[in-house]
Amino acid sequence: MADKKDSYQAGFGSDALENPQRVVFITKKTSAKVKGDVGRQLMAYPHLLLREAIAFEILTIVMVVIALLWNAPLEELANSLVTPNPAKAPWYFLGLQELLHYFPPLVAGILIPALVILALVVIPYFNVNIQGGALWAANRQRRLTIFLVVLALLLGFLGIYAAWTALLPTLILAGLALGSYFVTSPAGKAMEYLRMRPLSWWVMSWFIAVAVTLTVVGTFFRGPGWSWVWPWR
Amino acid sequence: MSNASMQQALARLRATRVWKSIFRRGPAQTNRTRSVAIFGNLFLHVLPVKVREKSLQARATYYLGSFSFFLFIILTITGILLMLYYHPAVPQAYFDMKDLQFVVSNGVFLRNLHRFAAQAMVVAVFWHMFHVFYRGGYRPPHEFNWVVGVVLLLITLFLSYTGYLLPWDQLAFWAITVGTNIIGYMPVLGRPVRFLLLGGHIIGENALLRFYVLHCVILPLLAVLFIGVHFWRIQKDGGLTAREQDGR
Repeated sequence: MADKKDSYQAGFGSDALENPQRVVFITKKTSAKVKGDVGRQLMAYPHLLLREAIAFEILTIVMVVIALLWNAPLEELANSLVTPNPAKAPWYFLGLQELLHYFPPLVAGILIPALVILALVVIPYFNVNIQGGALWAANRQRRLTIFLVVLALLLGFLGIYAAWTALLPTLILAGLALGSYFVTSPAGKAMEYLRMRPLSWWVMSWFIAVAVTLTVVGTFFRGPGWSWVWPWR
Repeated sequence: MSNASMQQALARLRATRVWKSIFRRGPAQTNRTRSVAIFGNLFLHVLPVKVREKSLQARATYYLGSFSFFLFIILTITGILLMLYYHPAVPQAYFDMKDLQFVVSNGVFLRNLHRFAAQAMVVAVFWHMFHVFYRGGYRPPHEFNWVVGVVLLLITLFLSYTGYLLPWDQLAFWAITVGTNIIGYMPVLGRPVRFLLLGGHIIGENALLRFYVLHCVILPLLAVLFIGVHFWRIQKDGGLTAREQDGR
């Protein structure tokens, strides 16, 4: 149906027994359910439910084993007069706490998280993320200029505050992106993969690299006064 | 019992009036009754009746969304059991932790399971989001479900965060201190929001009670609501994103 050029097509006949077709009008820009070839379909009962049940059982077993082997931490009674050094937030906020170490609280605590949430929400509403063409596929010169300007601003911003735990993963990702720009002849499989990546891929991968680095550093490498410590010492 | 007699017993059970009154369908042996098994069931009717074979492949989802949901179920069950032994009061909350450790049967196991499932859920939800992103699962017509997913991520983080205070030990107290101080930096709204959250200017009895209510009532209800929408929208948006060439 989708390959028809018409904007709609109709089945005819009102006698359902004689002509077991339904009259449907499929206009352009219609519900997603009539779009494209959906491939082979299976009944959710039992195919989906069985798989979900097995997934649930495996998960439960794994969680029970973990809960039997390790104990949840419990320290002494809360005391507002005894401040531990360093006082750390839950691990998933330690990336933010690491940022707080470098930037003013308004930037690290409010502005950056708000921008991250906003960026996540608007992802599907930008056509550049929908089309997903390779970053270096077209307008190479112009895009490289924009890329370099944005990178310089970003590195300048991180550099002024000496936020090197955010700067390092940024440099690595920028290096990979630039590397994939200059690779033209058929290169290794990894380079070929990077060369085909769209802008959204690069931005998200950069975000994940920075977030993971900050969280790991905040969790394992920060000691008294948020100074650098080696976790194995 | 042998397999044949087991089947026979099942068949006889399904023929009883009581069984029929509950399920209102015969055994799910035809596609029609298999469909009824889904949309004739209050809990399953948000799911699609048919799914693409490609969407069932492990690499399509790695069951990350399912795992997030299942962890939520585990957390709900263990959480309700923990509530039976918990008083949101200072310093009784901490003594309840000690009771779980030394008095309550399997109390340590219960708390371990709840705590680790909570950590696992944060990981699973993040991983789920990244996986959906890299598969392009946010593309139309799934835009709104992506936004619902971001809301669910925030609810998950906030659930985990409010639960963090409840043991009322040093770890809990100072982690929440660090976190709520950040809120105070928000221009204009910072201090009022912090006051609203803590029920005062310091983390004390009021804060514990508010975090308890948020953790056990308000946020789980919101989570259930948004999870329901999230699942329902998968079906209404025509199933998971189909990738043209499904080789990664």
